[in-house]
Amino acid sequence: MAVTRRRALAAAGAMLSTCALSPASFGQGGAQGKPMRIGSTLPLTGPLASLALIHKVTGEIYVENLNKRGGLLGRPVEWLLRDDQSRPELTRTLYEQLITADKVDLVQSPYATAAILAAMGVAQRYGKVLLHNSFGVPRLAKYDMQFQTAGVAFDPESVWPNLIFDAAAAAPKPPKTVAIVTSKFPSVHFISVGAREVLKKRGLQEVLHLEYEFGTRDYGAIANRVKEANPDFLWGGTNGIDPVLMLEAMRKIDYRPPAQAHLFPAPGPMLKMPEAQGSLALTNFEAHPPFTDDPGIAQFVRTYAERSREAGIPYNAADLQAAIAYAAWQVLEAAVTATKGTDDKAIAAWLKRSEVPVIFGRLKWNGPQNYVEGSDQYKVKQLQQGKWAVVWPSRWAAPGAKIA
Amino acid sequence: MPSAALLGQSVLSGIFIGALYGLLGLGLSLSWGMLRQVNLAHFALAFLGGYLTYQLGVAKVDPFVTLALTVPAFFALGMALHWFLSRFAVTLLNTLLVTFGLTSIIEALIQWYWTADFHRMESAYAALRWKLGPLFVSLTDLITLGFAAALSLGMWGLLRFTDLGKAIRATTEDAPIAAAFGVNEKLLAYLLSGLAGAFAAIAGVCLALNHTLAPVQIYAWMGVVFAAVMMGGLGSPLGPLVAGVVIGVSEALTMALTAPTWAPLVSFSLLIGLLLLRPARF
Repeated sequence: MAVTRRRALAAAGAMLSTCALSPASFGQGGAQGKPMRIGSTLPLTGPLASLALIHKVTGEIYVENLNKRGGLLGRPVEWLLRDDQSRPELTRTLYEQLITADKVDLVQSPYATAAILAAMGVAQRYGKVLLHNSFGVPRLAKYDMQFQTAGVAFDPESVWPNLIFDAAAAAPKPPKTVAIVTSKFPSVHFISVGAREVLKKRGLQEVLHLEYEFGTRDYGAIANRVKEANPDFLWGGTNGIDPVLMLEAMRKIDYRPPAQAHLFPAPGPMLKMPEAQGSLALTNFEAHPPFTDDPGIAQFVRTYAERSREAGIPYNAADLQAAIAYAAWQVLEAAVTATKGTDDKAIAAWLKRSEVPVIFGRLKWNGPQNYVEGSDQYKVKQLQQGKWAVVWPSRWAAPGAKIA
Repeated sequence: MPSAALLGQSVLSGIFIGALYGLLGLGLSLSWGMLRQVNLAHFALAFLGGYLTYQLGVAKVDPFVTLALTVPAFFALGMALHWFLSRFAVTLLNTLLVTFGLTSIIEALIQWYWTADFHRMESAYAALRWKLGPLFVSLTDLITLGFAAALSLGMWGLLRFTDLGKAIRATTEDAPIAAAFGVNEKLLAYLLSGLAGAFAAIAGVCLALNHTLAPVQIYAWMGVVFAAVMMGGLGSPLGPLVAGVVIGVSEALTMALTAPTWAPLVSFSLLIGLLLLRPARF
């Protein structure tokens, strides 16, 4: 049976509507007994701290709501969160402590590929199931009891470029020539390598290919070379603040790409840049219909906006990062509830044969290395008039939004 | 083959980024060469200056008006740092360790107040640029070059032509003998460290005007600015600017002619080359 958008959202909504933070739900349920302890780390300090804060706020919202609904198996959930300082070697140590000293019932995901790899080794050693939400290189996830909750395909280096080029082909002026400019940050670099193959197969011409080191300070020469190459479409294998720095350098030389995509930009800094308007990027969730058609999801979006503001996060619309954090907790709750316990092997076996509705669709793990090959839950968003809106596939597009 | 416009624009980009290397390196060079203090916290102070400029910019205070506040404040901070290092007689190598610790503290404070997220100062200056033939020049880049040139030349002139400068040079050469001739070497040391702090404040304004701020980026500038300072000569006011421009232009041409990924190798390759060819310089 084909899973339509409406069925997926209805399933997610059925789950999330029970999570609604309406006044009537306060005090109901009442988890009792020995707490169920869930341990994890996040990079609360260091280079990745800005993203970790989103995951922390989302996790807190989820756990608070979960406990108001009666916790897990009637037990209150206690989240033991440690700061791994964006250092994978510290992540490893902290997960060892969480499992052996703190004796947590279950572990949850750290953030980003290097930390997840470190945690995965520890989880494997102790036979713990590991749900993770930000692992950038699926082929490196070899542990049998790891399960991604971000909706990523096993082959994103093929799926994502095809998704973006499909969106670009639907634009009023489909591109013919492409400039590939990519960071050497591992999880975007290999996607850009895949993009080079995909564009050839699609009959597009690569007019420039540049790679730069992660942490590059000056994008002047890169901007100059892109301007000289004069592409129809700029593929930015970029994340974080890189797109902003690149576009600022292009502004200084009075250049703006006719069309552009940046894989995972920090959403806030691009909002006010005129040069960034029209830019495409990847997402799996945005805070607009049809995602927020469900009251439960809409409530989460409102709560996140409020809590993120209080936490000092500049960009307060729930999007990809908040959604993958939320989904990780949804999967944990579903698995523990279904298996009626915290047995890691039982949870892993259940996940492998199940589908779980989450905030952005349905997740399953019945493919290679517990992924799904050839498709995923990602969409393409576009910055239009200072706001991000999903534009592709069209069935997920914001009301009235078309790719421009 | 890249066009003349591409090469010309790359050279310009290199000059401007090199000027910022020089501006950041000026205070470091003075404290390292003349006070025998390797002040890693100089970078943290520059970023703190940038964040203060950003914050006051949010309150619609012009970045140049911000200097009226930050320059004296950072002058005092520089003197306070020198008091701390001299009070505990911290040796040259240990100043590296102590100031690295101070850098971490300042970074943590910045992150506590402004969070780890990126911040970009909105400024009317960023919109202004001019076209010179096929080349573009932006006002914020010119401001950075102007500050770097003015402070470097001003410091060079002070050291070269004034009695104060002669006293500072004498103290650097041989402090006890200079003291015997009536030079107040302690006061001069405080003056120099205050100046280094003030230069960090000015570098901070240029960082805020030209770059997006994030606490973690404090460390991204250390390697290349160290290379500029060492190549330019410790204690030399003009050296970091000249070396910074050489590095900046070399990086930009490398990115224009080969691949951006080779650019980080440029600064240290130049430094190693200089070490091999002119070891006596160090």
